[in-house]
Amino acid sequence: MNSGGNPILTLAWTFGLMSLFAVGGANSAIPEMHRVAVDVQHWLSDKQFADVFAISQMSPGPNVLIVTLIGYSVAGVAGALVATVSMCVPTAVLAYGVSRLLTRSSQSRWPAIIQAALVPLSIGLMGASGLILAQTSDRTWTAALVTAVAAILAATTRLNPFWLLLGGGCAGFAGLIG
Amino acid sequence: MPPDSPPAAVPAPVSPTSTPPGLIALFLAFAKMSLAGFGGVLVFARRAIVEQHRWMTAEEFNETFALCHFLPGPNIVNLSVVFGSRFRGIAGGLAAFAGLVGPPMVVVTVLAALYARFGEVEALRRILSGVSCAAVGLLIAVVFRMMMPLIRKRDLIGLVLLAAVFIAIGVLRLPLPAVLLVAIPLSIAITLAMRRRPAA
Repeated sequence: MNSGGNPILTLAWTFGLMSLFAVGGANSAIPEMHRVAVDVQHWLSDKQFADVFAISQMSPGPNVLIVTLIGYSVAGVAGALVATVSMCVPTAVLAYGVSRLLTRSSQSRWPAIIQAALVPLSIGLMGASGLILAQTSDRTWTAALVTAVAAILAATTRLNPFWLLLGGGCAGFAGLIG
Repeated sequence: MPPDSPPAAVPAPVSPTSTPPGLIALFLAFAKMSLAGFGGVLVFARRAIVEQHRWMTAEEFNETFALCHFLPGPNIVNLSVVFGSRFRGIAGGLAAFAGLVGPPMVVVTVLAALYARFGEVEALRRILSGVSCAAVGLLIAVVFRMMMPLIRKRDLIGLVLLAAVFIAIGVLRLPLPAVLLVAIPLSIAITLAMRRRPAA
């Protein structure tokens, strides 16, 4: 790591700031995580980033725990803890404050307007997440095929996502991904 | 809503909220739904809060979630803090948050340690490659589902904003804060302007 300074502090301000810009949830911030962790700080390779995403999707708990994995790879258990807390606390404090405010004057029309304004932005961010992850994961045409089949099955059936991830894992184990 | 509104005549069973949960109950309930929540905790949160414990009605839950969804950051984390603090103040918010994030964080940290140790093992590399391909597909399907209402409404401005953010972040790889500091005010201004105008 050649970013200079304490990696724990870098984790704290990186994810603390990202927390406030993750419009639509943790998956919207994946492009920013990739930009910082792979391109800027060189904490992870492309392949490791794709692996970390895969592990976070297979694990129980909220999607935000992908930052736990990134934090661990930077600075072990302390890094995992700091990254997770930094990603959660700023927005949690904000949510607490706003929820207190809104129960006092609940007739405001602003929440509805802001929500309507943010919906297209958060979908655009999630789409960018999909694009960047596809570029890191789908390096062969069979890999792209697995992604396409999973996308179509998930969009058109009510199949439990677990089976799709398992299917992907089996295809990978069988050496189909390359 | 006024404190004692209509269903006064209806007897107890309809009353949505049983006894307000204590700190330990909050921690345990959120830990349970989080550990069960494979591929998204929201479904399990709704089931536990509305159906199992009856701490909120479905409407209250939807309102709380809508609030947490328009705020930035992990939605379900916001929900845990807002929900817990509604019953037990800041301590309640902390208890629910610790339950939601703590136990799965331990699991993920163990997985991270295993990955650091065995990530280069050939079979594991292949399996993870396959899983990430499928996981990307799941994400793309979610994006597609979220886009459908905009397409059905022929919300052209929304779709243009969506595409602009997609290109700025996904293709040009611009930093997220810079993009949003432009996109959010712009989108709010457009939304306001559209609402002022009589429906076309």
